[in-house]
Amino acid sequence: MAISDSEVKKVAQLARLAMTDERLAAYTRNLSSILALVDQLEAVDTSGVEPMAHPLDMVQRLRADVVTETNQREKYQAMAPEVEKGLYLVPKVIE
Amino acid sequence: MAWETVIGLEIHAQLSTNSKIFSGSSIAYGAEPNTQASLVDLGMPGVLPVLNKKAVEMAIRLGLAINATIAPRSVFARKNYFYPDLPKGYQISQFELPVVADGHLDITLENGDSKRIGITRAHLEEDAGKSLHEDFDGQSGIDLNRAGTPLLEIVSEPDMRSAREAVAYLKKLHALVRYLGVCDGNMQEGSFRCDANVSVRRPGEPFGTRAEIKNLNSFRFIERAINYEVERQIELLEAGGQVVQETRLYDPDRDETRSMRGKEDANDYRYFPDPDLLPLEISPAEIEAVRADMPELPERRKQRFMTELGLSEYDADLLVQVRELADYFETVAQGCGDAKLAANWVNGEVSNTLNAHALEPVQNPVSAAALVQLLVRIQDNTVSNRIARDVFAAMWAGEGSADTIIEQKGLKQITDTGAIEAMIDAIIADNPAQVAEYRAGKEKLFGFFVGQAMKASRGKANPAALNEMLKKKLEG
Repeated sequence: MAISDSEVKKVAQLARLAMTDERLAAYTRNLSSILALVDQLEAVDTSGVEPMAHPLDMVQRLRADVVTETNQREKYQAMAPEVEKGLYLVPKVIE
Repeated sequence: MAWETVIGLEIHAQLSTNSKIFSGSSIAYGAEPNTQASLVDLGMPGVLPVLNKKAVEMAIRLGLAINATIAPRSVFARKNYFYPDLPKGYQISQFELPVVADGHLDITLENGDSKRIGITRAHLEEDAGKSLHEDFDGQSGIDLNRAGTPLLEIVSEPDMRSAREAVAYLKKLHALVRYLGVCDGNMQEGSFRCDANVSVRRPGEPFGTRAEIKNLNSFRFIERAINYEVERQIELLEAGGQVVQETRLYDPDRDETRSMRGKEDANDYRYFPDPDLLPLEISPAEIEAVRADMPELPERRKQRFMTELGLSEYDADLLVQVRELADYFETVAQGCGDAKLAANWVNGEVSNTLNAHALEPVQNPVSAAALVQLLVRIQDNTVSNRIARDVFAAMWAGEGSADTIIEQKGLKQITDTGAIEAMIDAIIADNPAQVAEYRAGKEKLFGFFVGQAMKASRGKANPAALNEMLKKKLEG
């Protein structure tokens, strides 16, 4: 299945990936061949097969509902570009 | 020609766990900003989510209470979008395979009829952080304490046909999650949030385009917002316009809904199963374990109060709204052996006093045992119901047990017929004019004599004995 370069641009925008025109052509080509491979996979009839979530047939393990984390705000915020009154400051996003 | 309103509600309920859904951070409300945000919550590179067992149990509990199917296998998915309060750039949620599906809740309409509201699904997901837009001059302040708090998103079918029905459903669900202990339902603190999907159509036609109203945090606002939106859509359609599928905010000050400007239309969330989380498998044994641990559900409890304890539907219904109140009532009823007396007091004096002090039943300073002692004193005629209320107020204020207070304040009822007779004789002697009028036919004066007797006995005369003796004496 071919993907158009406008679709590639849209997906890049959604994922906030910078896209130049020369990269665009390459990505469009590569993604199109990957999707063509996916088309081949989809042609197989898997109607009686349970989807595999993990090769070792594992299921999600659960954690006891206990507070284990302590306050390490100073340490974690030391690497933030801008902090004030314990809050991370970011450019304003208007809803 | 009439229009039909169609409403579906999505509720986000914060689960009352101790820790977050995917990390061991506390979710206690009111902490200093970012003091409950661990590396997992901050979305630091390389961290992995691990699912909280209690959150799963609570989802199962809610699912059982709404007669839903618990998925034997459900999957977590990434909902991808960018916003400063979403550290990972995606929210871990459930998309194709939610943990709970196909439930319902029966509501009572204003005319007393019952209506079944379908619940399409309920799924587990994590909450985002909070953005503060004031105070920072062109910037926003981000607090990630809330990021990772477990949520159960409960989605109804579009079965509601009026704002009133929507509020009835919401109130019932709110009471239920509190009753089950899965959510504290505190709408002001944001632990129970509601979005409404509203559309209109001509009866018999397919569903119209719907608008989603967000930012609804009280039952009153929800009713007003829905009513406004319905009017708005009808006016728009009757003028030949089209309803746009969009998100709107309710402004309670202006009592109107407004389109959220600047929001990109139809954000493509690109859902895919989260590779960091394996499918959640829930066995029948685990479901039964949760079922065994569940409290008796409100509806069944109410029916039992009516059939086994002989309470009216009205009384029973009030008692089962809050689990602790129903528990308290049952202990009191058992202790004094009179369910009706217990119900009157719990729904009356106890509830009124709790409300006056804005307290929850669990904060009641008068224990069930203490109240039983007071009710027993009513039953054995030590005090009248009226005086008992004064005793109760003193007990509430911490002045001691019922017996202590009755003793100290000398509140014992006067039941001694000799004493009552003497008192009445004195009143009759002191009020010859009124006695004459009464005997001449002015029966309303009976109240005057009762008042005099109550005054003379400082409210302690046993009403029944007093009335009987008074009638006899006045008749002459």
